[in-house]
Amino acid sequence: MSENTAPVAEAQAERRLNMIEAINEALDIMLERDPDVIIMGEDVGYFGGVFRATAGLQAKHGKTRVFDTPISECGIIGVAVGMGAYGLRPVPEIQFADYIYPGLDQLISEAARLRYRSAGDYIAPLTVRSPFGGGIFGGQTHSQSPEALFTHVSGLKTVIPSTPYDAKGLLIAAIEDNDPVIFFEPKRIYNGPFSGYYDKPVEPWKKHDASIVPEGYYRIPLGKARTVREGEAMTILAYGTMVHVAESVAREKGVDAEILDLRTLVPLDIAAIEASVEKTGRCMIVHEATRTSGFGAELSALVTERCFYHLEAPVERVTGFDTPYPHSLEWAYFPGPVRIGEAIDKLLSE
Amino acid sequence: MADEAKPATPADANRPALALHVPEPKYRPGDTVDFSHIDIGEPGDQPRPDESAHPSTMAGLAYGLVRVLGEDNQAHGPWNPRLDPETLRTMLGHMAMVRAFDERMFRGQRQGKTSFYMKCTGEEATSIAPAMALASDDMVFPSYRQQGILIARGYPLIEMINQIYSNKADKLKGRQLPIMYSSREHSFFSISGNLATQCPQAVGWAMASAIKGDSRIAASWVGEGSTAEGDFHSACTFAAVYNAPVILNVINNQWAISSFSGFAGAERTTFAARGLGYGIAALRVDGNDALACYAAAEWAANRARANHGPTLIEYFTYRAEGHSTSDDPSGYRSAQEREEWPLGDPVMRLKNHLIALGEWDEERQAAMDLACAEKVKETTKEAEKNGILGHGLHHPFHTMFEDVYEELPWHLEEQAEQAIRERVTKFGSERPFG
Repeated sequence: MSENTAPVAEAQAERRLNMIEAINEALDIMLERDPDVIIMGEDVGYFGGVFRATAGLQAKHGKTRVFDTPISECGIIGVAVGMGAYGLRPVPEIQFADYIYPGLDQLISEAARLRYRSAGDYIAPLTVRSPFGGGIFGGQTHSQSPEALFTHVSGLKTVIPSTPYDAKGLLIAAIEDNDPVIFFEPKRIYNGPFSGYYDKPVEPWKKHDASIVPEGYYRIPLGKARTVREGEAMTILAYGTMVHVAESVAREKGVDAEILDLRTLVPLDIAAIEASVEKTGRCMIVHEATRTSGFGAELSALVTERCFYHLEAPVERVTGFDTPYPHSLEWAYFPGPVRIGEAIDKLLSE
Repeated sequence: MADEAKPATPADANRPALALHVPEPKYRPGDTVDFSHIDIGEPGDQPRPDESAHPSTMAGLAYGLVRVLGEDNQAHGPWNPRLDPETLRTMLGHMAMVRAFDERMFRGQRQGKTSFYMKCTGEEATSIAPAMALASDDMVFPSYRQQGILIARGYPLIEMINQIYSNKADKLKGRQLPIMYSSREHSFFSISGNLATQCPQAVGWAMASAIKGDSRIAASWVGEGSTAEGDFHSACTFAAVYNAPVILNVINNQWAISSFSGFAGAERTTFAARGLGYGIAALRVDGNDALACYAAAEWAANRARANHGPTLIEYFTYRAEGHSTSDDPSGYRSAQEREEWPLGDPVMRLKNHLIALGEWDEERQAAMDLACAEKVKETTKEAEKNGILGHGLHHPFHTMFEDVYEELPWHLEEQAEQAIRERVTKFGSERPFG
């Protein structure tokens, strides 16, 4: 089920990276290994990206492998589809997930459908990287979590890492995948895992074991969940930033929760979910995205359909509210420790 | 709400009243058509700049009309591509074949053999001539009315018909609406059906070819109506920014279903002129003049191949038939338009040119038309052995779930089992699956 150990090829010194560094390293390795990989996006070239994820890559690999683009998400995804048809393996960056909407037709009607509609004649092996999620005072246009828009689209894969180790291995797997992959990077945890307490100092990644990132190439297969911690009292399904928030709340409350980091929403590791819920009999789903028709609804339906006779309480969903992400009240929106704590109490009381 | 301030009326503010302009075509059903206001210039009157020319030095070509074939059926001026008679006959043969194919497939739809068809009558030259001017391995990103490219590239007719019938031999496994062909082998991109998405894709393919130091170029086709889509403008921006080796063809056939070209901006400027704002070389071409179409495509291909950058070509033509089998043009435009179109019919004009050269005659034309019709008829019969739409001879059920992803994920495997179970419930288990 879980694939947390790297197939380490050679002895390696222990290195600790934050998530940006891990992503940068994955991109660097893939540019080196595969001459068909190219990176493009707004500000990704000389400057190295607004979050520095592509820093140094243009200088190292050249201007035709790593380059800036016009501010046109439709154009970025559209030309990436054409490059994929040529035989390249483009890794476009959309600067913020909130900006991805002008590119949706190219993603949904083109990239996601190309293999199907051409019966395998053409494929769109793109990996669309995009920082997502809130908690950085980004306001409504730099904070959204639109993953459910993409999980709803047949033909797309959606991947969301929660640690530097996973980010590197999942990104390499995504780039090597022959299907279009949406790779959402939780920007709140670029520099350190997040306990949910925005008023406490940020803990840097270097204090967390998942920041130990081996050098060189390794991949984490898409569609395999990670067991963050084992437990008996309840199952918590989470991904991205919320993995860390849920973990800190469970620890704080002393709840023997089993936490699954889904890592890939499509394809989903349904076997891992079923095994855990059948063991614990209780299930809570946590995501930062808005509630209605969020991915939590899909997870809740799956758990109810497949594990109903093992459940001892209704499935709990903890999510953001169905509002735009408000700037000044972002911590009122965010599904933080209070909301998660209440849900844990409710789930255990039934 | 009621207490909110209302905008001032013109009388209150002492300002003139604003008026919204909603475009209206000149002629509607029943109207007498007079196209004398359309300035078509004279054959041979447009200069032919060097392929390396800066777009700003050739801006006039975005507003004029490149024409070669005159009313005297002779080729005129610097854009004459000077093709040998054999090539001209080949071109005419492709055009005759496309016309025969369109007739038969349209009739097949009316007979209930498939759900949908789209003719390209009157626009044959805008696909066939550019296809012949390009190298066979240059990549094309067509819209839905470029069947002429496949014919010109020798794609088997039977594969086209199998696709149109969505039958068990359809290479696209019955997944696509009729005429949304795809053939990687013929460097022909999968047709989308969503409009203008192919434009940035062609630019991306051309960029990839340039990144790799390849020599192949790309070309896309889009209707004038869908130049209004953002994708078209993204394509122009990227093509200009990266000097991509691409040809962006706009087929201005005057009508987008029932909306005339004015709804895409034609009342204000030409579609070729769109290129100038981006710094892209722009040509406006008589799309019913196969020689002019060939010459323009050849010029643009030379330009792209020499790293001089992209070209936007507007082919000025007329959609002689309905948009598709699903609309009746007599409901929104005058039937006289087709007859009055000042640039005539592309097949007739090329035929008359060959006759004027002494390289063709009416008897040979009649024989060729007959041969095309016979070949299409025979091939249609052959294809019908593989089934017609809705008569059971489709691909096996399980193929519906394949190619969504490279590998079948668990949820699609479960759904495939359900589909096959439903089939057994409906038809009984004695009927073979698939």
